[in-house]
This record gives sequence, structure tokens and C-alpha cells, in this order.
Amino acid sequence: MTAHQLHPDAWVDSYADYLYNYAVSRVSDSEVAKDLVQDTFFAGLKSAKNYKGEAAERTWLIAILKRKVIDHYRKINSKKGKAEVRMSYGTNREDEGSWLEEQVADPFSAFENDAIENEELGMAIQECISKLPEKQSLVFNMKTVQGMSTEDICKELDINPSNLWVMIHRARTALMGCLNQNWFKR
Amino acid sequence: MISCDEATVICNKSQYDEATIIEKIKLQFHVLYCSTCASFIKKNTQLTSLCKKANLKTLTAAEKIAMKRELQKKI
Repeated sequence: MTAHQLHPDAWVDSYADYLYNYAVSRVSDSEVAKDLVQDTFFAGLKSAKNYKGEAAERTWLIAILKRKVIDHYRKINSKKGKAEVRMSYGTNREDEGSWLEEQVADPFSAFENDAIENEELGMAIQECISKLPEKQSLVFNMKTVQGMSTEDICKELDINPSNLWVMIHRARTALMGCLNQNWFKR
Repeated sequence: MISCDEATVICNKSQYDEATIIEKIKLQFHVLYCSTCASFIKKNTQLTSLCKKANLKTLTAAEKIAMKRELQKKI
């Protein structure tokens, strides 16, 4: 296996959205998530000399981000007592005397499981988007994720609408193929 | 009568609700005799619903530029 190398210059373009989606789904605050991603890049730069090239760049960065998310929760929970989980034994009149087991979440609940699955789906899509050529992923993101109008995108990127639709088409076709591999065949 | 290329463009547009009614009718008519486009439309629509379900987020271009600048300072 060839050793991987770090290219900090390309980090923002290649991984910012991927890391951002990961962070946003965990801290559910877009500003905090943005800061965490930026911190991750700084930390990556700082410890770049410890990078042995065993893991791919993206895997390595997401590992750093994971630590950053944990640190974030530690920090906001650092006031004593806030971090502990308190469970009281049936204080409401209705479930007085019932067992704690009866209060745990339903493992087959579609609500929680869907949330987890949607998050995994988001990461899979993001991974596929990051494999697209830069221009295509830019246009696809502007149109699909940010929901910008065709007119606005054309103005901003200085292209004509038929150009835009060609790029959208190529991006979508590539994504369909990629998701077929990454998502449906798992 | 429209070609498959035209049908594809209309299909892509309709994923973003930008196809006109006339275009949609043309597309529906095309699908009647073209199974390739029919399966393309099915997959394309599936991709749209997956993207919606995943609730994708992205940083704006300005935010990325700011991020790059911060990063450049430290390189």
C-alpha cells in the first residue's frame, strides 16, 4: 500500500463540507460546527508531522474532528454536576413504582433509527460529492444543497444555463453510480 | 417528439421544479415509448429524495474562503 500524503492547501475544498456535515449532525449548531471544522484543520496542521500516512487524509481528519466534538461537550459540561445523568425512580404519579427498564427508548423506534440512518446517508452522499470534479460539485452543492436559483448560479459563476444543466447532469449521473456502490450495495 | 437528450434535461430540471408544464407533458409522452429514459427518471428522482432525506449541509463559498485564509496564515 502506498503511503498517503497530506495536502493542507486542498483541505478546505476537499473536506470542509464532509467534516461540516459530520459536525453539524453532532452539535446541531452551525456556528459551533464551523468552528470545530476550522479547529480540526489547525490541529491537523499542527500534528502533520505525526501523520504516518497509514490512513487516508479524510479518515485522519475525521478522527481529529471526533476528538474536537468530544472536547466541545466536555467544555460545555465542565460545570460540576452537569455532566452526570440523573434517573429518578418513577416520580410521576403515573409510572410510580415502575422499573427503569420500562423507561428506556424503544430499540425498534423508527424515529431514532431513521435519524441515524439519515446521518449515515448524508455522509455517504457527501463522500460521493467529494469525488466529483471541483466545478461539478460546486454547481451541485449550490443548486441542490443551498437551493439557489439557476439564474443566480449562472451570474455568480459566469456560465450559461445550458452549461449549468450539463454540469448538473454529469454530477447527478456520477452520484447515482457512486451511491449505487456506496449505499445500496452495503 | 423530443430526443432522449432533451428528455434528460427536462428530467433534471423537474428535479428542481424548474420544468414548465409543456416540458413535463413532452417528457411524459417520451417516457411512453422510451424505457431507458423511464428508468433514468426513476433513479434521478430517487437521488433527489435521498438528498432531501439526508438533510445535507454545506458551507458557503465565503465561509470557505475565510477558512482558507485562516489556514494559510498557519501553513
